[in-house]
Amino acid sequence: MTATIPDAERPAVTPAFQQVSLARKTKNGVATVLVWLAFLVAVIPLVWVLWTVIESGITRIPFTNWWTEDFSLVLSDEVGGGVLHAIIGTLLQGLVCALIAVPLGLLVAIYLVEYGSRTRLAKVTTFMVDILSGVPSIVAALFIYALWVTTLGLPRNGFAVSLALVLLMVPVVVRSSEEMLRIVPDDLREASYALGVPKWKTIVKVVLPTALSGIITGIMMALARVMGETAPLLVLVGYSSFVHWDMFQGEMASLPLLINNERATNSMTEGSVGFDRIWGAALTLVLIIALINLAATLIGRLVAPKKK
Amino acid sequence: MNEPISTRTPTGDTGGRPPSASVPEGPISEQPAPADARKGSKVRPGDRIFKNLTTGSGIFVVILIGLIGLFLLLQAIPALQANQVSFFSSVWETGDSKNLKFGIADLLSVTVATSLVALVIAMPVSLGIALFLTQYAPPRLARPFAYVIDLLAAVPSIIFGLWGLLFLAPAIEPVSQWINDTFGWIPIFSDGNIAPNIRSTIFTAGVVLAVMLLPIITSLTREVFERTPTAQIEGALALGATRWEVIRTTVLPFGKAGYIGASMLGLGRALGETIALSIILFIPVGRTFDWSVFDGGATFASKIASNYAEFNDVTSAGAYIAAGLVLFLLTFVVNFAARSIIGDKKGD
Repeated sequence: MTATIPDAERPAVTPAFQQVSLARKTKNGVATVLVWLAFLVAVIPLVWVLWTVIESGITRIPFTNWWTEDFSLVLSDEVGGGVLHAIIGTLLQGLVCALIAVPLGLLVAIYLVEYGSRTRLAKVTTFMVDILSGVPSIVAALFIYALWVTTLGLPRNGFAVSLALVLLMVPVVVRSSEEMLRIVPDDLREASYALGVPKWKTIVKVVLPTALSGIITGIMMALARVMGETAPLLVLVGYSSFVHWDMFQGEMASLPLLINNERATNSMTEGSVGFDRIWGAALTLVLIIALINLAATLIGRLVAPKKK
Repeated sequence: MNEPISTRTPTGDTGGRPPSASVPEGPISEQPAPADARKGSKVRPGDRIFKNLTTGSGIFVVILIGLIGLFLLLQAIPALQANQVSFFSSVWETGDSKNLKFGIADLLSVTVATSLVALVIAMPVSLGIALFLTQYAPPRLARPFAYVIDLLAAVPSIIFGLWGLLFLAPAIEPVSQWINDTFGWIPIFSDGNIAPNIRSTIFTAGVVLAVMLLPIITSLTREVFERTPTAQIEGALALGATRWEVIRTTVLPFGKAGYIGASMLGLGRALGETIALSIILFIPVGRTFDWSVFDGGATFASKIASNYAEFNDVTSAGAYIAAGLVLFLLTFVVNFAARSIIGDKKGD
């Protein structure tokens, strides 16, 4: 397999013309082997992680009470109960986060594409969005703690978590929406202006609908990502094993927080109750994220502009 | 639709069309003051509101970064004033808010050490994957595989942490034992401050972190490599270069800056990774971090996350916020550098 190049696109090489020395052949072979090795090395952890989650998590998932009950009446080492409270918390916090992050992110993206292009403010904004996307989730959590809990004196609650998640979601929404808005052809905008449509109406009625499918996909992916965040939960809300709907008061569970809580209170040895709960919750979280990603693709296809 | 989408540059420039005075670039309204120039038309209130709204959002995001730094600083100052020891020492006793003692030396070294171990593993592998995806893999394989690599990025980090501790650590224990036995005379592989069978070492954490960095570094590097001018590749091929020589003479020089920038973005992510590391890393009692990869310890992020119980006291929380501020500045600098490298490459 050394010097052979497994690729049909490459022009045929006539051996009479080209004498590849042994050293070059060897180097090429070594490089080929190394690159294929890197590919394999990357596949192993991926398959392994997914396999672990599925194999270890599958024990509890098939029972209906996993989906319809909480852990409130179940002892920590008792089999039974479910993660309904955590699912509700995860979805609720994600939803509230999206309600704030999506309009904000979308407006910033519109500003960058439609109004700000090549101005200094736009450059600074783009740069700050990049920096924001690099802010570690624990720092976002500390910021909200410093603002919400220490400065404003408000309690730690589910809403504070949503606020911290907003910081993590906004840059992703801006980036993906910006990309989608940029590929909307200028002809569409110009045609609309030519008809005397105001600019803002052009953006809302022409540009946004054209880019909508891509924007929705980006938003859903961003949402799926922040739902798996754990660090803000630790700092900003306590864990409760009850179903809790109030974002502004009291402790609130979510899947990552439940995992972390079980990890701290239960044994993690294989086959134990704690192990089943942790991996059951992990699989549930992965399933929710996968479902959101799938929904993103489907909705994206549904609202995509019709092609001829 | 007279030009394919792909020819437009992401920066919204002219996208291949030569700029000329008569052809307006970009959305027409970006032309200077069309409303004023047109006779009898005025800026409609809807337009003004919408423009201010979007511009305001842009400004808000800019201010937000400043606010993060400001609020962290404001909350950190009281704790820093109450601090009995140097901020750059390595003690961390924040239990008694009347007698705070905290320093970041150890946190900083462990944070840097885990990130470096992760980068040393992730950088070559990511480079390999990016080369594989752009130069070696048949397109039919490359696309789904790129998708699968991106999928890795969607796995929540708490799951990586659990997997790393419960499944990966036992599996790589023989490897770390072997490295320790064979290369123990090199300081970084010497006996660490926790027993090898506890597995919760910087080495394990670094390997897990490397897996988490793969998708970030790979996807950006791949993007840069894909933009290698075809003419250069074909030129090298025409001169009789082997596949490796093509890569070495065209792809790598072209994509080097992008690859380094991508790796630095990965570094930024590694510095801030929280929950996975707080699950894996074990904090030893007694001996401190000694620059061996078989040490335990805590990074900025994992320290903050695993001591959230102390956040009920405002002054001790201040100590953690001070640590968080240092982490913020650290990731800010790294991301700043990464973006400038990538930006330079994109901007030309």
